[in-house]
Amino acid sequence: MNGYRHDPPGTHPDYLSPEYRSTRLRAPDKPLIILPHTLSEITGPVYGHDRVGPLDHDLTRQHGGEPLGERIIVTGRVLDGDGRPVRNSLVEIWQCNAAGRYIHRADRHPAPLDPNFTGAGRAMTDDEGRYRFITIKPGAYPWGNHDNAWRPAHIHFSLFGTAFATRLVTQMYFPGDPLFGQDPIFQSVRDPAARERMIARFDIGTTEPEWALGYQFDIVLRGREATPMEA
Amino acid sequence: MPDPTPSQTVGPFFEYALPYEGGERLVSPGDPDAIRVVGGVFDGEGAPVDDALIEIWQANRAGRYRHPEDTREELPLEDAFTGFGRCPTDAEGRFEFVTVKPGAADGQAPHLSVCVLARGLLRHLFTRMYFPDEVEANDADPLLRSIEDPTLRTTLIARQLDGVLAFDIRLQGERQTAFLDV
Repeated sequence: MNGYRHDPPGTHPDYLSPEYRSTRLRAPDKPLIILPHTLSEITGPVYGHDRVGPLDHDLTRQHGGEPLGERIIVTGRVLDGDGRPVRNSLVEIWQCNAAGRYIHRADRHPAPLDPNFTGAGRAMTDDEGRYRFITIKPGAYPWGNHDNAWRPAHIHFSLFGTAFATRLVTQMYFPGDPLFGQDPIFQSVRDPAARERMIARFDIGTTEPEWALGYQFDIVLRGREATPMEA
Repeated sequence: MPDPTPSQTVGPFFEYALPYEGGERLVSPGDPDAIRVVGGVFDGEGAPVDDALIEIWQANRAGRYRHPEDTREELPLEDAFTGFGRCPTDAEGRFEFVTVKPGAADGQAPHLSVCVLARGLLRHLFTRMYFPDEVEANDADPLLRSIEDPTLRTTLIARQLDGVLAFDIRLQGERQTAFLDV
């Protein structure tokens, strides 16, 4: 059995990123305790098929009518850190509507809800690790983090990979967003090259004529240690 | 080799997307071995965290994980037991799971693996919950033994309280839960 290696330093944000105010009382202040991987970490939930319905990947067809907004296709591959496809794995997404409003009781942004849009989707990866969602482009929205703070448009992604140790929750952004520079969540990833890996790529090949713009977004999870764990 | 994708916070608005019916029940409450794990999530000022998502992963009562890399065929799998649970915290920051105590696996004391996601956590936190009635096994557990500070070590062991296992998660401060670099 081999454990999973750590991602290179700078890949993930620090827990304490004071510019993102919510981290100030929630970031742990004691150092994390190193846990060499055991069976508990290299195993993880193998589930999803029974939870994924035939239209769960299409966020534009979950209601009686079509949602307002710019229809888009978001597709890509889930890979492990060695470039191998992560097959048969659950991908969950959620987002706000085209006006920048989440269907959530705590979202008080005075933008309209869309009766034809919930904003939650699920898909399983195929044998090449590929997933595909159809949705609408989410809007930007204001939040109270600092004066005139706006989140760049984004889609939340939740992934399990092959083990509990490979769990990843992230956000997918859109190319060229003018709000990147002032967003402390995006900027919490200090390495500019790593930040770029959270931005989808517009792809004319994925775009379907007369119907929807296409974006490619590959997600790379942790890779495996080269040497077996100690027994 | 491809470079890994960075983590970002789950944010405050996941509740209509990630929780699912029965996510917090790994077994039926009528199961003769059913246990209730009840806890709260608190921030550095002790305020309840009402927008966290707690996930657990565990072996079944025989100590077997439902996963292709647990190759101990001599241990039984249970048809309906996935080993995974998911529960959002409520307005008081509380979560609750109905599950069974896992058997011991891989030279460790019985435990639940716990993942904490919340607004303000730019990356999920891992911790573990151990059982108060496993004093000997806990004393021999490699992770628990590696924690020198007894106060910190105690944060990983649930308390028996009125028929439930109480397991609070404190994100920050003097009484912070021991979080793991997995």
